Amino acid sequence: MNWYMFLLGSSVGKKMLMALTGLCLIGFLAVHLLGSTMAFVGAEAFNGYAKKLHSLEPYFTVFNIGLLTIGLVHIAVGILLFFENLKARPDRYLVYRNPGGMTIGSKTVPYSGILILFFVILHLLKFTFADKSVTPIYQQMATTFANPAWVLIYVVAMVVVAVHISHGFWSMFQTFGINHPRYMPVIMKLGLVVTLLIGFGFGILPIYLLIIS
Amino acid sequence: MNNHKTINITLKVWRQQSPEDRGRFEIIPVEGVDTHSSFLEMLDFLNEKLILQDKEPIEFDNDCREGICGTCGMMVDGIPHGHGKGMTICQLHMREFNDGATVVVEPFRARAYKVIQDLIVDRSPLEKIIQAGGYISVNTGGAPDANAIPVGQEKVEEAMDAAACIGCGACVASCPNASAMLFVSAKVSQLALLPQGRPEANIRVLAMLKEMDACGFGNCTNHRVCEAACPKEVSISHIARFNREFLKAGLFGRSTMDK
Repeated sequence: MNWYMFLLGSSVGKKMLMALTGLCLIGFLAVHLLGSTMAFVGAEAFNGYAKKLHSLEPYFTVFNIGLLTIGLVHIAVGILLFFENLKARPDRYLVYRNPGGMTIGSKTVPYSGILILFFVILHLLKFTFADKSVTPIYQQMATTFANPAWVLIYVVAMVVVAVHISHGFWSMFQTFGINHPRYMPVIMKLGLVVTLLIGFGFGILPIYLLIIS
Repeated sequence: MNNHKTINITLKVWRQQSPEDRGRFEIIPVEGVDTHSSFLEMLDFLNEKLILQDKEPIEFDNDCREGICGTCGMMVDGIPHGHGKGMTICQLHMREFNDGATVVVEPFRARAYKVIQDLIVDRSPLEKIIQAGGYISVNTGGAPDANAIPVGQEKVEEAMDAAACIGCGACVASCPNASAMLFVSAKVSQLALLPQGRPEANIRVLAMLKEMDACGFGNCTNHRVCEAACPKEVSISHIARFNREFLKAGLFGRSTMDK
């Protein structure tokens, strides 16, 4: 038996993979959020920041490949878990009630995940892979978010991300075995703070650009 | 205790003659239910009537009827053991139900649980997980001296909380993923906390995990429903300890598989 396959392929191993990749993705979001706040400073600051990032080769490419791999693992294992868990109860209940514990976040985690995937693809096509040789990124962003439809898409997407994280954040600690009556309540509150910070942090930007347009 | 009241309810109950039978819901009105009777006594009362009518009684598992054996268990209105907090279905009384209510009764459902008849399910996969590692190896002979091995009081308390698990399988029944993590983690945790359980801790956690996955239970995704449904209110902090034991055994434990 392959030792690694057993450890990673077991139900707890898959959960650890989800938690570990999830932690990296939250870390990425934090960095991304810091970068995005440059847009509040102004066009030059934001474009300068984008240019600086792209000039950091080869680290920039390596980072992106790493991020892509982490994202793909998170998605692949998530989809695998979703189907395995569906299969674990082939006969459904006629009546099923939540006796407590289940939240909107935990209940919708696979679906919010899929929505986020679609949003990420859209976001990459819209900004990351856009041709920036003529129009710099800030101006492209300003034009996009002058359209209320785009603002709505982004704000809704951020709500979905926040809901996803509301389950993922504390869940990650529990998976790593970090659960103690002393600090679990703090982790729960911290989860709420992170959820709101990411939801509002990213959600405010398109609204701000719409208002100043 | 003198104010005996009776209520009339309608049961929408799962009937299945054998594991091969497809099964169906049957609607059975039950009149004159004593509110002081337990849910299982209500089923007894109904079964006596059914037998007198030459009908098949509703089969259900039960034994001690005082909430300690873990034999009974069924989904009542979508919750294992019904809506009572920290109690088994034999401890839930009919005074908790409204007159004229329709009560949906289903067997515990999971791929790993096979319905044998009506509300009786085969929960032997839980036993198989115990056989895989839920034990300690001790030599037979005279009983060891009490208190020969010191154990901290807080460890004793926590191990006792884990040991409160009666293995009824409600955690699996309530879990949206039909995962057995609360049950398995309670068993692993109980032994991991005590010095007597440490020698085999690394082997135990991996063996029980392997068996749990092989039995076809789902993956735990931290919904926390099990904790709320557990009649013994076993905490998910035991699942966290299971995860720690897994990391310890998986990352740092040596086994015969390593050269």
